[in-house]
Amino acid sequence: MDKIISGKNIGLTDEGFLKDFAQWDKDIADALAAENQIVLTPRHWEVLTYIQNEFKNDVPLSIRKIGKSGIVDIKEFYQLFPVAPLKTATKIAGIPKPVSCI
Amino acid sequence: MKRLVILGAGTGGTIMANHLKKELDDKKWGITIVDGRKQHYYQPGFLFIPFDQYKPEDVVKPIQQFIPEGVDFVNISVDKINAAQHQVVLANGNTLLYDILIIATGSEIAPDETEGMQGDEWGKSVFTFYDFEGAIALRDKLKNWQGGKLVVHITEMPIKCPVAPLEFAFLADSFFKDKGMRDKVEITYVTPLSGAFTKPKTTETLNYLLKEKNIHIETDFAIESVDNDNKQILDYGGKSVPFDLLVTVPTNKGSQVIENSGLGDELNFVPTDKATLQSKVHPDIFVLGDATNVPTSKAGSVVHFEAEILTENILAYIKGQKLEEEFDGHANCFIETGGGKALLIDFNYDHEPVTGTFPIAGIGPLRLLKESRFNHYGKLAFKWVYWNMLLKARPIPFVKARMSIAGKDYN
Repeated sequence: MDKIISGKNIGLTDEGFLKDFAQWDKDIADALAAENQIVLTPRHWEVLTYIQNEFKNDVPLSIRKIGKSGIVDIKEFYQLFPVAPLKTATKIAGIPKPVSCI
Repeated sequence: MKRLVILGAGTGGTIMANHLKKELDDKKWGITIVDGRKQHYYQPGFLFIPFDQYKPEDVVKPIQQFIPEGVDFVNISVDKINAAQHQVVLANGNTLLYDILIIATGSEIAPDETEGMQGDEWGKSVFTFYDFEGAIALRDKLKNWQGGKLVVHITEMPIKCPVAPLEFAFLADSFFKDKGMRDKVEITYVTPLSGAFTKPKTTETLNYLLKEKNIHIETDFAIESVDNDNKQILDYGGKSVPFDLLVTVPTNKGSQVIENSGLGDELNFVPTDKATLQSKVHPDIFVLGDATNVPTSKAGSVVHFEAEILTENILAYIKGQKLEEEFDGHANCFIETGGGKALLIDFNYDHEPVTGTFPIAGIGPLRLLKESRFNHYGKLAFKWVYWNMLLKARPIPFVKARMSIAGKDYN
């Protein structure tokens, strides 16, 4: 499905993840964050940048991994992205939903 | 004489030993398999032990029974791998040199990763069926349990056999119905994922099962600790779930050997090329089964399929050829749904489970993503297939390493 986000036509999966990271920009991140009742602060951006870098390096993401990243601990990760933090953060970062097997 | 060393004589290591014994020229290659354990467990059987459907002795046989003749079996634990020296160090200090190393050291539960999990209630009201001893302890507990809040819980992904906890919840529903005490038991399924099934199509098709069996579900629950005093589990987001009986799947980690060797990620899984199954760091190391970090299920069917691909790739590697065989992430799992029925799912890296027929397109006899008695018999028959065909690397009729999309209902 396609959706207009911050004035652009963006391709999304059924679960609301960007289909193509090339379409992502900071305005889209702000808009997706707002849909999740989050206002992005510099702390959020540190986490989002880390997540995007790990994705670019093909490293599978998990909550544990982020807790050990040295960027945030799990407690703070939850404070920044209160509901389903990994899913919400990856969605805002414009990368695919982390694979967690069936 | 060149030497191929396999670490781990579980499902993956044993299958590889059987494949390679047939394929390698024994004048040029010696094969050694190393494992400190005495027993081989049929791990899918652990699920049935708590409900007394399998006896403990049904799921265990001597480890040596499945090692083919002509393969050296070293019954000593491994301390670490010195990849730079192409050397394995054993627990007794002896070393083994290798030309090719296959890591098949599996995964194990690590309840100590969660605060309070092994507290005062461990073995009293907190159990796991993810190892042999735990499954037996839980059977003894269920025998006389008077009912209350049963919480079936997954700590974090990835876990071995990701559908097993859900099967446990389904079988528990049947078990308590049969005992005439279902009304005394409240079953809650607690998962760190966003649904009981993580793939959208499966969720759509199977959510009725939870409703039908009156199983409550608590999603997106990332456990922080087990509160032994108040008998509840707490999550990082501030949620709590009370229990009278907690059946948990603790964190699953790769072997300590991997950590000692500096070859793993933060959970001791080995970074592995998901298509060729070669280590991403050391070209003379190959990895299969639960020990890898490849994005498919940690399951016996997966390791069985991987072993066929890996055998071809190792033969190519020996000849100095490019590794052309590519694993597609194929997994094939029976899911017990209780009441003598089961589901079957078949999927890979790219295709999620859908409805259809298996293994013969259009005929079956097994039905995908649909409950049937036949699937349940398939699951029970699989124990025989495991001991007699799968471990010995005998081909299983119609079931191919790469997933077939024929006979499946993709849109």
